[in-house]
Amino acid sequence: MVQLYSTAVMAAEKSNNPILPDVWEIGVGLVAFLILLFIVQKTVAPKFEALYAQRTEAIEGGIEKAKAAQEEAKAALEQYRAQLAEARTEAAKIRDDARAEGQAIVDEMRANAQAESDRIIAAGQSQLATQKAQIVAELRADLGRLSVDLASKVVGESLEDETRKRGTVDRFLNELDAVSAPAGK
Amino acid sequence: MGMLVLAEGGEDKFQAPSVSSFDFPEIFAGTGITKPMVQIVLSAIIVAVFWLVASRNLRIVPGKFQFAAEEAYTFLRNDIARSQIGNKDFRPYVPLVVSLFTFVLVNNLFGFIPFFQLPTFSHFGFPIGLTIMLYLLYNFVGIRRHGLFGYLKNQTAPPGVPWPIYFLLVPIEFFSKFIMQPITHAIRVFAAMFAGHMILLVFVGAGEFLLLHGDGAVAIVGPFSLIVAVAMSFLELLIQVLQAYVFALLAANYIGAALAEDH
Repeated sequence: MVQLYSTAVMAAEKSNNPILPDVWEIGVGLVAFLILLFIVQKTVAPKFEALYAQRTEAIEGGIEKAKAAQEEAKAALEQYRAQLAEARTEAAKIRDDARAEGQAIVDEMRANAQAESDRIIAAGQSQLATQKAQIVAELRADLGRLSVDLASKVVGESLEDETRKRGTVDRFLNELDAVSAPAGK
Repeated sequence: MGMLVLAEGGEDKFQAPSVSSFDFPEIFAGTGITKPMVQIVLSAIIVAVFWLVASRNLRIVPGKFQFAAEEAYTFLRNDIARSQIGNKDFRPYVPLVVSLFTFVLVNNLFGFIPFFQLPTFSHFGFPIGLTIMLYLLYNFVGIRRHGLFGYLKNQTAPPGVPWPIYFLLVPIEFFSKFIMQPITHAIRVFAAMFAGHMILLVFVGAGEFLLLHGDGAVAIVGPFSLIVAVAMSFLELLIQVLQAYVFALLAANYIGAALAEDH
């Protein structure tokens, strides 16, 4: 209570009017604020402003980077598409070529086989003709000789005139051929 | 107890709180250092430390604390400084607005924080000091930009008025801009803090007196008075934040008006 009364006395001594400011309070308050303002002005605000600038830069840089990456990706895609198309046409070409080549090979093989078969047939035919001619010649000789032998035995003497004999046999055989040929054909 | 002791007089007699409730003894006799003075210095230290810690290690991708501090800074920078002063000129005044708001805010909140429980700005000297500084500042920058005559013309003679009206308008505008504006700027926060604190003193003092010295049934009323005091504390909390905002907003507004080309 003593303190209370002393306070009241002191208050009365000073001024009891709250509208009359204490000069000391004006001074102390102002100095405290100006020191605070100085600190904020010198260190705090520049750091925040620098941060904002940095962040803006980072975001803008990021956007630009993303844009560049997108461009690059688009270019790569175009390139791949072009390459793919090229590869497709090339594949088609190769397929066509292969088909054509295959066709050519088949044709060639067919031609070869045809030629071979023709050759074989021709060879067989000529061989047959040769053999036939040979057999015919042999048969003709045998037939002539047998006929002469038979005739000799029938006649009882040797037919000396060789030239004539041969001519006779040949003429006979030719006539025989001429008769049997249309039928044998 | 402390200041609340002042609210009551003798043992039996209720003494209503008065303006003398706002007078504090010197903490060390003869030094002139009083509680509000300690608070104002402490608030400057708290605010300075807060901003220094917040800005110490700023990252592009903020943490929680940095995010909160940045929100506060961005709000003061963009929503007060830039919107009031304009895109062109606001940059140099951002530190002022940031310091003003946080400084006034902490001092007002001292009215709510236990053991302080006195809004520093309920002592008129503190808002007066800030207002004098701001008054000098915005008049100085206004005159520097427009010249003395141009500045006065800008401030007192708004364009688009029929000329005879100026005889009436210019004195009124002059009175309002150069005399009333700084006074109301200071009184607004002072009066809100003073009255708010007084209301709390009344309810707490009355509640205490009724509870301890009330006769019989009257003592029951005491707790209700204390409950109202708690409710009023929260209302005061709102007003304390609001007044800090208004003080900084008006400071920025006056600077912006001083710099603007046309009124």
